[in-house]
Amino acid sequence: MLKDILKILENDAHASEKQIATMVGVSAAEVTNVIKQAEKDRIILKYKTVVNWDKADGDEQVWALIEVKVKPEPEAGFDAIASRVARYEQVRSLYLASGTYDLLLVVVDKSEHKVADFVSQNLAHIDGVQATVTHFVLKRYKDDGELLDGGEGVKRQQVVL
Amino acid sequence: MTAKKSPLDKFISKRANNVSPSGIRKFFDLLQDMENVISLGVGEPDYATPWHISEAAVKSLEKGYTMYTSNSGILELRNLTSQYLKDKYGISYKPEGEILITVGVSEALDLAMRAILNPGDEVIMTDPHYVAYDASVILAEGKPVMVRTSAKNNFAVEAKDIEAKITAKTKAILIGFPSNPTGAVMTRQKLLDLAAVAKKHNLMVISDEIYARLTYEGEHTCFASLPGVKNNTILLGGFSKAYAMTGWRVGYAVAPPEIIAAMTKIHQYTIMCAPTPAQVAAIEALKTGEPDVVEMVEDYNRRRKVIVKGFNDIGLPCFEPKGAFYAFPSITPTGMTSERFSEALLKEEKVAVVPGSAFGKCGEGFIRCCYATSLADIEEALNRMERFVKKHKK
Ligand SMILES: Cc1ncc(COP(=O)(O)O)c(C=O)c1O
Repeated sequence: MLKDILKILENDAHASEKQIATMVGVSAAEVTNVIKQAEKDRIILKYKTVVNWDKADGDEQVWALIEVKVKPEPEAGFDAIASRVARYEQVRSLYLASGTYDLLLVVVDKSEHKVADFVSQNLAHIDGVQATVTHFVLKRYKDDGELLDGGEGVKRQQVVL
Repeated sequence: MTAKKSPLDKFISKRANNVSPSGIRKFFDLLQDMENVISLGVGEPDYATPWHISEAAVKSLEKGYTMYTSNSGILELRNLTSQYLKDKYGISYKPEGEILITVGVSEALDLAMRAILNPGDEVIMTDPHYVAYDASVILAEGKPVMVRTSAKNNFAVEAKDIEAKITAKTKAILIGFPSNPTGAVMTRQKLLDLAAVAKKHNLMVISDEIYARLTYEGEHTCFASLPGVKNNTILLGGFSKAYAMTGWRVGYAVAPPEIIAAMTKIHQYTIMCAPTPAQVAAIEALKTGEPDVVEMVEDYNRRRKVIVKGFNDIGLPCFEPKGAFYAFPSITPTGMTSERFSEALLKEEKVAVVPGSAFGKCGEGFIRCCYATSLADIEEALNRMERFVKKHKK
């Protein structure tokens, strides 16, 4: 049942406990309990909205992908460095990756300047960080499974026999 | 639609005049200039075809696969269809001679009727039924004979009721389960009873199983998989609903060789072959589309539960439809006819549904609501309908 509930919420954080209860076939109270427990167990981390800021003419946003080569620490491996990097709030996502570099960061900040500052003044100074490569994002096409443009889809006929 | 007299009327054949235009024409017209309509009136998935399936067709076009295929359809597609039917239902039909790839179940249905009917032959079908059923019989100059079904019996059909309609002229029984418009399914036992009647009277059963994969409780029983029915069965199936491929126009008929040969003759002269890119897409669907089907079915099922509960909660009694993607609630608490209800609902609350009467006399008092639409729209439609029902309740 937990899996069914998570699938529904992952796609639509708005789904009410009543709706979920109908879909899964249990009581609303039971759904509430399962969700509460999942939140406690940090299976559910947060409820968020996928926003296309480019359309909202809000504040300027700059996205960057930053590859980081690190020297793992003898005891803690990559985890210790990763947890240090993860503390910066501009680091939206952080992954350990196979290949020519070790950590991949998705950084979101207000300007290229700020991203540059973060790299030169914060990231580069962390012990074990050997090299970084910064790629500024020119355009986002798809985020979290959602197309940013042209995702409205094609219109169906409204009545079909 | 008032038919005006015209000097051109004399050119229209009796055959064409014998089928009535679809009962929902006027809803199209009404809808034309309305905004913010939520439509539960559709009859197709709200998914686009899974991209890898579309991409297979795109690639084939790039490579220049733009010619006719064999009349029967691409052999690989027939092989895969044969394998699919074997894996799914344990039935065995030869790719050569027993499977014909068609322009959807729509064409397959027309071919089946034209291949087996002589003028005046009777075909027994349920009332209500999918709109093309009686039309296809009439166009083949046969005579549709109705068996009443009702919400009391969850719109399943009883073999004895069918048997009661058999005459010397009866040639075939046409069934379509899971059902459009009711969402009804048939238990294996009911199908076995029906098979016994068909065999006893040596009738052909045409089984339209286009919604087979959209079965939410228990397993779908393929009519052709029942013991000893092969010589009495034409099985129709397709890709439109399960793989979200309505616009591609591809489906199939499987039957004994004599029947397929007759159908292929007509197909050959009227269609040549199903669209080549669509056949390529169907190949991809059968090869790799299974996870997509499973995911879409799970999603329809969630919405099905919400809409059925919703109708019952707002006072439109709705039996549990176990297949397809339609709910068929009763609107009798409002005292309106289904056509009146549908028209007023569209005008007052901007929700489009299809009156049950468009599917036969026994559909009167019901509306067909397709839940292959977003959950948000279903919720909003239910809110609007609740308001409407409160206002009009007797
Ligand atoms: C019961 C039934 N049979 C056949 C069809 C037509 O299917 P196809 O797209 O394969 O022609 C439909 C489409 O709505 C249907 O509901």
